[in-house]
Amino acid sequence: MTRIQLVKRAPLTGWYRVLLPVLAVVTTLVLSAIPILIAGGNLWQSYYYLFYGALGTRFNLLETFVKASPLIFTGLAVAFAFRAKFWNIGAEGQLAAGAIVATWIGISGGGAPAIVLLPAIMIGGFLAGGAWAAVPALLKTKLNVDDVVSTLLLNFVILHIMGALLFGPLQKEGASWPISEEIVEAARYPILLARSRFHLGIPLAFVAILVIWFINSKTVFGYRSRAVGVNIRAARYGGINTTSVILRTALISGGLAGLAGVGEVAAIQYHLLSDLSPGYGYTGIVIAMLGNLHPVGVGLAAIFFSIINVGSQTMSRMTGVPSYISGVIEGMALIVMLIFLLMNEYKVRVVRK
Amino acid sequence: MIGEMLSVTFITGLLGAMMRMATPIIFAMLGEIITERAGVLNLGIEGIMLMGAMTGFLVTLSTGSLWTGVLAAALVGMAFALFMAVLVVYLGLSQHVSGLGITLFATGLAMFIYRLYFGSPTVPPIVEPFTRIEIPLLSQIPILGQGLFHHYSLTYIAILLIPAVAILLYKTKVGLKIRTVGENPFAADTVGVNVNLTRTLCLVAGGALMGIGGAFLTLAHQNMFLLDVIGGRGWVAVAMVIFGNWDPVKGAIGALLFGLVDGLQLRLQGLGLHVSFDLFLMIPYLITVIALIGVSRRASVPAALLQPYRREDKGG
Repeated sequence: MTRIQLVKRAPLTGWYRVLLPVLAVVTTLVLSAIPILIAGGNLWQSYYYLFYGALGTRFNLLETFVKASPLIFTGLAVAFAFRAKFWNIGAEGQLAAGAIVATWIGISGGGAPAIVLLPAIMIGGFLAGGAWAAVPALLKTKLNVDDVVSTLLLNFVILHIMGALLFGPLQKEGASWPISEEIVEAARYPILLARSRFHLGIPLAFVAILVIWFINSKTVFGYRSRAVGVNIRAARYGGINTTSVILRTALISGGLAGLAGVGEVAAIQYHLLSDLSPGYGYTGIVIAMLGNLHPVGVGLAAIFFSIINVGSQTMSRMTGVPSYISGVIEGMALIVMLIFLLMNEYKVRVVRK
Repeated sequence: MIGEMLSVTFITGLLGAMMRMATPIIFAMLGEIITERAGVLNLGIEGIMLMGAMTGFLVTLSTGSLWTGVLAAALVGMAFALFMAVLVVYLGLSQHVSGLGITLFATGLAMFIYRLYFGSPTVPPIVEPFTRIEIPLLSQIPILGQGLFHHYSLTYIAILLIPAVAILLYKTKVGLKIRTVGENPFAADTVGVNVNLTRTLCLVAGGALMGIGGAFLTLAHQNMFLLDVIGGRGWVAVAMVIFGNWDPVKGAIGALLFGLVDGLQLRLQGLGLHVSFDLFLMIPYLITVIALIGVSRRASVPAALLQPYRREDKGG
């Protein structure tokens, strides 16, 4: 009888680590041929419109960056937390927390100038997201509560809080559906390129990539956060205050997700509404994994997902393949990447008995 | 208002709504309990339910048979659970990330297939849904009868499954095997239990129940498929497993309480009371988070949950 066994081996390093996500993306794109063919789409035409739709014209290219911005923030949020093995499934809720506070500041900002209001909504949104992530971090460190489930459940708590606010104190005068007043002009992210939606939040997302890369690789805190992720007991015996590290990791992680919410309010919608995010927080988990938890990888993965999301609209119009194929492709990308990561640490051996 | 709320029709209607809203959660929760008892957390639940809802609807629409639709939903749930088993049982991948991957993939696929079949119709296609069945005599009990004993057959099946799963887990040899695999897979292996096979079968059985839970929503509760038909009920089921301490009966009580709050909101809206129920709907999640405190110190959480089993890991 033969049996397939997974045998641990030294993980490949260097170029292979960079190559791995690239291979995963290529494999996913090849596998995407299956749903395209099932939908009766012409293969080459479909791929062409997928990329043309996302990158082919100036407007579409800029739109791809617009859609990538929240994904970069939530992807970074999840990656930063996962690196310390703080399993933050709650970016969706932290995004909502950031959006709520940004809206509140943006509405009540009154006559304050942009130079005051813009930093205010960013800092407010960051702190709100961070605070909401600190709750499960405290529960984890003080009361030993499983973070996977608590962060997931707290998403629904904050979404219901948002619902209650949108039917209550934040509801627009005279509106019968859950929507807030518009935020004042001075609290809106400026548009940086004419005839597009290319806004301040996009360069901000790339700055965030740099900042997280810097924290990860150049600061003592980044080192400690990593040490907690690798082996929390060893880190504790090594004299690291693990509770404080996890808490601060959660604050930064939640804060980044909060900034995704700020961007959606201040640059896209200009008001708060219950379906502000189409699941950016959950997609962030996939992006973090696909980017191998590295900030630059997260940036590239977010842009890849954005290409798929924006391009699938054009593909759908031109070839009739439903645009929901983007969800199928993204799900496949995660599963392929997981398997590739496994193959990086294990080799398959066929054992004869 | 208070007078109306105390009326017989209101209470009867509320009990009925509670049972209806709890049904899909009970199915999914029982599926998740069987899975978790064997040591696997299946966060693919939300996506599997949506695939079940879509498949059940599609098959019923094309065959005209509701039960064929339910069967197809169960089979599709099993197929996705089997896929999950390959990832987490045989490849030993991270259970929560894989589960979320399954949810993402299944959600995308369900919407993709639905659009493929129907495009974007202005009037969504509908099926002739299940009709409710009155249980003779019991349904004649004043107030309670019509509320508790006038339901879809799937609701009765869900209620009957609660003791059935409890008996399976606590009173049978199979149940003992499942629990041992979830508590101490190395010990189970030593006495000749095939750990990975047991986990796979539990995942598959659980997947069938999750699929049926989804199908209830499109074939009984409603008569059409909407993209947000599951609306987080899968996550509620995961919460109820913890709330109920991995026990089918306690989990079902949680699901019924959730159904009661959900039903109350619908009923009060029916009376023309337009207040936000968000703060009420938040309560089950909050209670579950509170219930999580100290759960790791309780004996009820399967000790090997989230741990992949590799025989060669022992002692290493």
